[in-house]
Amino acid sequence: MGLLNREEAEALIQEVLEVYPEKAKKDRAKHLMVNDKTITQSKKCITSNRKSVPGVMTQRGCAYAGARGVVWGPFKDIIAISHGPIGCGQYSRGGRRNYFAGISGVDSFCDVMFSSDFQEKDVVFGGDKKLAKLIDEVEGLFPLSKALSVQSECPIGLIGDDIEAVSKKKAAEIGKTVVPVRCEGFRGVSQSLGHHISNDAIRDWILPARDGKLDEGTPYDVAILGDYNIGGDAWASRILLEEMGLNVVAQWSGDGTIVEIENTPKVKLNLLHCYRSMNYIARHMEEKYNIPWMEYNFFGPSKIAESLREIASHFDDTIKEGAERVIAKYQPMMDAIIAKYKPRLEGKKVMLYVGGLRPRHTIGAYEDLGMEVVGAGYEFAHNDDYDRTIKEMKDATLIYDDATGYELEEFVRQVKPDLVGSGIKEKYAFHKMGVPFRQMHSWDYSGPYHGYDGFAVFARDMDMTVNNPCWSMFKAPWQQEEVEAEQKVA
Amino acid sequence: MQTTEKVKPCFPLFNEPEYQNIFETKRAYEERHPKEKVAEVFEWTTTKEYQDLNFKREALTVNAAKACQPLGGALCGLGFEKTMVYIHGSQGCVAYFRTYFNRHFKEPIAFIADSMTEDAAVFGGQKNVHEGLQNATKLYDAKMIAVCTTCIAEVIGDDLGAFIGNAKKEGYVDKDFPVPYANTPSFVGSHVTGWDNMFEGIVKYFTNGKMEDKAPGKNGKINIVPGFETYLGNYRVIKRYMNEMGVDYTYLCDPDEVLDTPATGEYEMYAGGTTIEEVQDAPNAITTFMLQSTTLEKSKKFIENTWNHEIPKLNIPMGVEWTDAFLMKVSEATGKEVPASITKERGRLIDMMTDSHQWLHGKKMAVFGDPDFVMGLVKFMLELGIEPTHIVCNNSNKRWEKAMKKMLEDSPYGIHAKLYPGCDLWHLRSLCFTDKPDFIIGSSLGKFIQRDTLYKGPEFEVPLIRLGFPIFDRHHLHRMTTLGYEGGMYILTTLTNAVLEQLDQETKLLGKTDYNFDLIR
Repeated sequence: MGLLNREEAEALIQEVLEVYPEKAKKDRAKHLMVNDKTITQSKKCITSNRKSVPGVMTQRGCAYAGARGVVWGPFKDIIAISHGPIGCGQYSRGGRRNYFAGISGVDSFCDVMFSSDFQEKDVVFGGDKKLAKLIDEVEGLFPLSKALSVQSECPIGLIGDDIEAVSKKKAAEIGKTVVPVRCEGFRGVSQSLGHHISNDAIRDWILPARDGKLDEGTPYDVAILGDYNIGGDAWASRILLEEMGLNVVAQWSGDGTIVEIENTPKVKLNLLHCYRSMNYIARHMEEKYNIPWMEYNFFGPSKIAESLREIASHFDDTIKEGAERVIAKYQPMMDAIIAKYKPRLEGKKVMLYVGGLRPRHTIGAYEDLGMEVVGAGYEFAHNDDYDRTIKEMKDATLIYDDATGYELEEFVRQVKPDLVGSGIKEKYAFHKMGVPFRQMHSWDYSGPYHGYDGFAVFARDMDMTVNNPCWSMFKAPWQQEEVEAEQKVA
Repeated sequence: MQTTEKVKPCFPLFNEPEYQNIFETKRAYEERHPKEKVAEVFEWTTTKEYQDLNFKREALTVNAAKACQPLGGALCGLGFEKTMVYIHGSQGCVAYFRTYFNRHFKEPIAFIADSMTEDAAVFGGQKNVHEGLQNATKLYDAKMIAVCTTCIAEVIGDDLGAFIGNAKKEGYVDKDFPVPYANTPSFVGSHVTGWDNMFEGIVKYFTNGKMEDKAPGKNGKINIVPGFETYLGNYRVIKRYMNEMGVDYTYLCDPDEVLDTPATGEYEMYAGGTTIEEVQDAPNAITTFMLQSTTLEKSKKFIENTWNHEIPKLNIPMGVEWTDAFLMKVSEATGKEVPASITKERGRLIDMMTDSHQWLHGKKMAVFGDPDFVMGLVKFMLELGIEPTHIVCNNSNKRWEKAMKKMLEDSPYGIHAKLYPGCDLWHLRSLCFTDKPDFIIGSSLGKFIQRDTLYKGPEFEVPLIRLGFPIFDRHHLHRMTTLGYEGGMYILTTLTNAVLEQLDQETKLLGKTDYNFDLIR
């Protein structure tokens, strides 16, 4: 049970909806629900992956953001070219903290920004020639790149440029893979379609490169899919998989390289962390290469142990023993972390609003610290994400899809959680409201949060934010007297 | 492995041997270029040969130092009372604009989009405008909705004026509700252009065709137009000067409250800002001071032609002389004298300059940033005896180039300077290797040049001094001041202490370089 009972929670949603004009109200009503664990299919009670209401403050981004920011940006030896006007490339630079090991600007390019900086003449006469020339210039100045990807911004799809033809031609000329990605920002309804389009582009332009040429590999080869190495998450995950005896052949896409993609078809199991952004390619590999895949969750010791055991169940006893060994090795450290932080966080209520995975995946980590998630929602989830969320959340908690700034603020005002976890656009409004807040996209410039090492950082960070003295100083002493006086009168 | 005593985030966690080991084992799966090859290519990127190739670029921009028009348009809208910024186009753009400002100002930023998607790209965005304005007027308790556009609306040729007109005609929004707008195509100009366009859109909406009872001088005030300005102190210092001079003024676009609201327990979406009445009355001012002279052409033209203002020919009031000129012009226009308090402040700045000149004279500094900001900064550098070297302006314009050239020619300290209009930070990276300045001055975007130059060796490192926009990686610097004498004090303090900090960096080795590692400076 959340802080509210079912009737109260439903009344709160109704109250929040009141402010909208009729059409918007009808639309938004479908995206807000009170959790009912007896429901197995979320489509009965929540609508997702639909267009945002115009003129309402959605927190969503676009397909380009999903492609450039999420999928392509983190591959370190693939140069991601923002094709179109300058803004998109500039705004998507360095915002996601996808860490990589390499020499930036020489063999790694995650924190370098490449743009075709479209001018009016490019829009009028088309940008294909500019793109071709740009690829030559990239090749001349960055010879150690292994591949290029071209992320289309809005104008490209509108002016009828043929980036596929340019990519094919230039790939042949420079002898490197060039991937055209049709991720114009007007496609789809959120970042989500950008993920899908990017998965498809990888499927069509990179994945089959070594078909028929790959060696057998070892029986323990796996790939990590959907870990973007934010604050080093993938490294803190990889270390555990290797310690249990698995070979991590590929990371998609945090700190990843093109040959890791090309070698993935030889793995025995695909491990999927962010289901939302990479389930497409996992399904494709299952179909084409017979590679099974499984979702796992490396947030918090309970889920990590559960995941390690489930991963091991796909392998022989050496790996199963390896999993137990890893769990046993880290458990004392986890116990100590929990002993230190749980007393400071026990019983605290959390509301989350993030992208497509974390609102459900971090619940276990919060629970490990004795905290309770009383509201969860996604910017760009689909109903299969909500199916999974309903199971993780308690009854009568709030679930919200594509929530607007106003809805989030009202929910928080009334539910009064001790912590809100969301993004930079939401962060400062909650600071003003005096609600402790952590960014759960970028880990608020901290991390890693994945894996055992990551959980220690997660616990430290939640504690520092929930318990920092700043939240208690909002009222000046003379204002406190006013408050008390008012209370007396009341 | 972590310990409870000291939980380690990314750094220093990943420096632990077990993670260093992970990096090595992962290498085996990466088929990366051999380390020697990478080292060789890195060295090559620091050469003159590479620089020549780098400067031959025609199609590729690497590490830009500019953003796109609607970002500027949005900042402009934010400066008006209870105004909701509404972006007609894709919603992703708006998420980016908000994020960019969130990270710079560390403040909530309320902009909305009308979320055009594929169907709108085919059929046009009128439906989005209608529904969007209807929702926005109902939801956000705004007095004005300022509309600008993103690429999608511009490329498909949406007729924004007609759409808004129809929205009023068809009752989606009250016909008297102010909805000024501007076209802000991202493929023309930069964020500073967008500010100019949105500003013109707003003042035009409230004054065009409404000039019959207006005349310059009627209200006895002067107007101040800031342009794309992200230092909150700059709004405040000009206001203070006007107050101290006893000059009645209107700040046309004034976001310094909304970008600096206190933590009270309540989130207020709006605060302060120029009122509609003030905009309507603005043509009655004696004249209008445009604080950024090279990037407000469109607004200037409108104000000259429609309001009949004789706009004073001034440069951005940065440094001593240009602040002097600004104040004298204000004095001349209003008949109010520059008071002793400001003269004293000027004297204090000059006093600071005498105190610090020995650490700044002859220092070679590269600069990058927005046109007027760079121009004002270079002007002040010349006054300090600093020698600007590489001057990069990614979003430069012809007026800027001409004015810069003249200014550099007129100063003995300008002889080493070279202008790089339209160049980006990858160009500047090359320049910092082949002709090393002592420092780079610019936004946070310059930090990668510092990292890359250090990689070549400590003696090649070019430290970054953070002045400009955006500043993402240091806290609260956006609250500082760069205009006026007060701004001069902040810039001077920042530059001097950067020089001294660097000297400590270079001399702090015990028993090795302690000379010049002095207590007294």
